Parts: sequence; structure tokens; C-alpha cells
Amino acid sequence: MSRRRSARARRLTEVVAFSLFGAATVVGLFALGIILYYIISRGGGALSWEFLTAFPRKGMTAGGIYPALVGSLYLTAGAIVLALPLALGAAIFLVEYAREGPWVRAIRIGVNTLAGVPSIVFGLLGLALFVKALGIGVSVLAGSLTLGLLILPLLVRTAEEALRSVPRSFREGGLALGATRWRTIRTIVLPAALPGILTGIVLGLSRAIGETAPIMFTAAAFFTPRLPASPLDEVMALPYHIFVMATESPNAWKTKDLQYGAVLVLVGLVLVLNLGAILLRAHARRRKVW
Amino acid sequence: MNERSSFSLGVRAPQSSSCQVEPILRVSNLSLWYGKQQALRNVTLSFPVCRATAVIGPSGCGKSTLIRSLNRMNDLVPHLRIEGEVLFHGQDIYARDADPVEVRRRIGMVFQKPNPFPKSIYENVAFGLRVNGLKDHLDDRVENALRRAALWDEVKDYLRKKSGFDLSGGQQQRLCLARALAVEPEVLLMDEPCSALDPVATAKIEDLIQELKKDMTIVIVTHNMQQAARVSDETAFLLLGELVEFAPTEQLFTRPSDPRTEAYITGKFG
Repeated sequence: MSRRRSARARRLTEVVAFSLFGAATVVGLFALGIILYYIISRGGGALSWEFLTAFPRKGMTAGGIYPALVGSLYLTAGAIVLALPLALGAAIFLVEYAREGPWVRAIRIGVNTLAGVPSIVFGLLGLALFVKALGIGVSVLAGSLTLGLLILPLLVRTAEEALRSVPRSFREGGLALGATRWRTIRTIVLPAALPGILTGIVLGLSRAIGETAPIMFTAAAFFTPRLPASPLDEVMALPYHIFVMATESPNAWKTKDLQYGAVLVLVGLVLVLNLGAILLRAHARRRKVW
Repeated sequence: MNERSSFSLGVRAPQSSSCQVEPILRVSNLSLWYGKQQALRNVTLSFPVCRATAVIGPSGCGKSTLIRSLNRMNDLVPHLRIEGEVLFHGQDIYARDADPVEVRRRIGMVFQKPNPFPKSIYENVAFGLRVNGLKDHLDDRVENALRRAALWDEVKDYLRKKSGFDLSGGQQQRLCLARALAVEPEVLLMDEPCSALDPVATAKIEDLIQELKKDMTIVIVTHNMQQAARVSDETAFLLLGELVEFAPTEQLFTRPSDPRTEAYITGKFG
């Protein structure tokens, strides 16, 4: 009993801890607030309908970001389309079929490691594998494949979590009625896991749309006078366009407003996607009855 | 009636109305291990046709394990080892060429906790029918199953509007019962079907068991000895994975032959 600290001391610790954690939150939010304020105040002026729908003009010192915006959407959508079947298959295998053991553990470690690989490494891999070895060339397809690899672990993990959150009793109910495992998974487990999987897809989109390094060597063009006609064409992409305007343009200072405008659009897209994921999750939680 | 898939077990299902006397399901020297831990020890017993057989015993005695091994629901459990036979119409359901999916179609199950699917009431019942290719007269079959589970009158007005989860616990369990009955199993396994229900809902399920055993074989695991006495014709008493006594229910509860059974039913342990 003598070693027990007084109530006052404990209350003090509590107050200190509470303040520290609170302060951490405030600092984080503050940083986000400053960034947003900065981007909006500088880039807001550049925003216009023309900015979103016109090609760049006069060596990128005027005009809009239309081709980069559309290119980013192509690349990101392509990445999801290519990666999702693979991710879903892997998640279903890991959760539903594989028995816990060294192999499954190895796969899981592999997936987690993949998630930690720097994105420039994916870019170089994409260059070596898709662009050169497979001869796809610098194109929407090569960029989508590379981005797809990048978001694969994210998709696998969110799909895994979503599947795991479906109660075992649903599977038992299906099996007990004479359904095969696959039928049970397809008609009961997957629909129940769908909101979680969708959330993962939206997060994957938001991750892929902001990446520069993976598309730098595999898809992105400095400038294209028209939109890509096929998946084998080069494209412009928003993050790369910003990078180019800021570093490689001979008159970078003249493009400043456009840069901020493009950044604002990109950050806005990411925010909207993340907000979408949050809403999806909240909606699923409200509807979740089990 | 007869677009049921051909049975891989090679036996024809008996007409549901004609109940024979021979055991439909026989457990022979069944031992089961979860990893190193043995859950069933050399259990042998027969479940007679069109009777309700209760399996009783204290928690952890292996009664759930036993009932789940009667339709291979244990298949999903990792590190499970089984010895002995479970004979359904004389065929071992654990034989290499036995199809667990077919076994589960013919030996239905209702679980401890109601587990409706997150689908409409109608789809809950129709699921098993669709899976088993019983797609003609779907509406009739669904209605019939819900009637047999005494749920029809309570849900008929919102079959497609309400989810299985919108129902009360007792209704959910009767929905699960209807779902199981829809595919016309020959044997119905019930794993403590009333343990999550209130007394009124429990009484309803017990009445249904009386009704159902007229044309199907019922195995019910229960924690509740009064329930076993009320609903069953035969009772098996399990203790530590071992079958201690298997006798007509009345005899087991009034004149048990094993002192351990007597100790359990008089409340000395458990």
C-alpha cells in the first residue's frame, strides 16, 4: 500500500497525458489547416472552368490542366481495374481457403513488405518490366500496371479485413444448407464484405492519383497535344504536370499560379476521395446489423 | 419433387412421410481431436428415424462437437482429426468419396445463435432452394417452409421488405429453422437452438420439434435437462467426450443406470 501513489499524483499524470495528446492533435490539425489555407489562397485564383477544361498554352504559362486531369483519371481507374481482381483473389484465398501456416505467414509478410517499398522503386520496376521487358512502352497501360502494383497491398489488406469482419456464422449458415464454399463466399460473404472492399477501393484511388514516381518513367509525358487515343499512348498526369511546371519549365515563376491551381485540384480530389471512403465506412457501419 | 440432384452417397432418400424403424444415422467408434486435445472418445450410438434424440451433458463435454461432426460442419476447423465412422443410410460420410456438400444438404442444421443472412426474409429461405436447384414454385416452397416453422403469419406482409435481422431473436431462429426445412433434409441437427431465446420463444421452438419429428429425424443438443425431457424420445448423456448413457428419455431421467448420469441429472455437478 505504501507504494501506491496518491490520488493527486495520479490525477496530475492524467491531466498531463490528456494535454499532451490533445496538443498533438491540435498540431496535426493546425499543419493540415495551414497547408490547405496556403493552397486555397494561392491556387484559388487560378481555378476556373477553363482551367479544368483547356489544354496548357504558351509553354504551360497559360491555359488549363485538362489533359493532365483526364490522364490522372485514366491511370488511376486503370490501376484499380487491373489490381482489384488480383487483390480480391488474394484476399479470398488468404481468408477463406488458406490454412494458417508458414506459407500464409510468408505471403502476408510479403504483402506488408510490398506496402513499404518506396514508390520510386515501383517506378523503376515498371520501367524495367512493363515498359522495356514486356515492350509495352511508356503508356497508360504501363503506368496503370505500375500504379496497380503500388496499391495492391493496400487493396489486399482492406479486402482481407472486410472479409474477416464477416461473422463465421454466415459461412456456417450457407454451408449447412448444402452450398459449396465458393457459392457461400460469392453469394453471402462477398456481399456482406462489399462496403469494406469499396472503402479500400476508394482509398486505393486516392493513393494512386497522387503518386508521381511510379508514373514518371512508365506513363507520363511532359506535354501531349491531345488526349491518349489508346491505352498504349503516353499521357499527361496531374502530379507529374505539377512536378514539370515547378522544376523543368524554363520559366517556372510564370507558372506559379497554375501550379497552385493544379495542386489545389489534386489535393481536392484526394480529399474528396478520402471523404468518400469515410462516408462509405460510416454508412456501412450504420447498416451493419451483425 | 424429383429434381433433387442424384445422391453421391448412392442411396435414395426415403419419402419424407414414411418413417422406417432402422437407424438413419449411426455413429460408430467416433473419436475426435482438436490438435492434441481429444474431444470425443470412442462414441457409438444410433439415431432412430423420426424420433427426437437429445444430447445432454455439462459444458465442454463434447456435445456440440458431436452434433457438428454429424454433418461435417467441423470440416472448417483446422488441426482436426477424426477416427471412426458416421454412417448415414449405412454410408460413411467421412469416406473418401463422400461429398460433404451433399451430406449437409440432407442433414440440415440450426445453430446456437440465430444466424440469418443479411438478406430479405424471402431470400433467406430461398437461398438453400436456389443452391440446391429447387427453383420451381419458389414462392410456394418459401411459404411452405415458413409455415412449417410457424413464422408465416408473422412475416407474410413484408417477406421482401424486411431483412432477417429486423426480426426478434425468436423469430430469427424460426427463420433459420424455415431456411433449413426448405431444402427438405432428412435429419435436422439443432445445436442448443434455444439458448439465446426467451421462454416464450423457446416454447414455440419446442412445439415445432414435436411437430417436425413426425416426418424427420431430429438431434438436439441442449444444456437444459428439462428441455431434453420435454422434447426428446431418446437421450444421450455425454461426459468428457465419452458417451456415458444412451437410453429412452423417460428411462434415463427416472432410472439412470450409470451413477454419473444420476449425479448429473440430480444436479450434483454441471
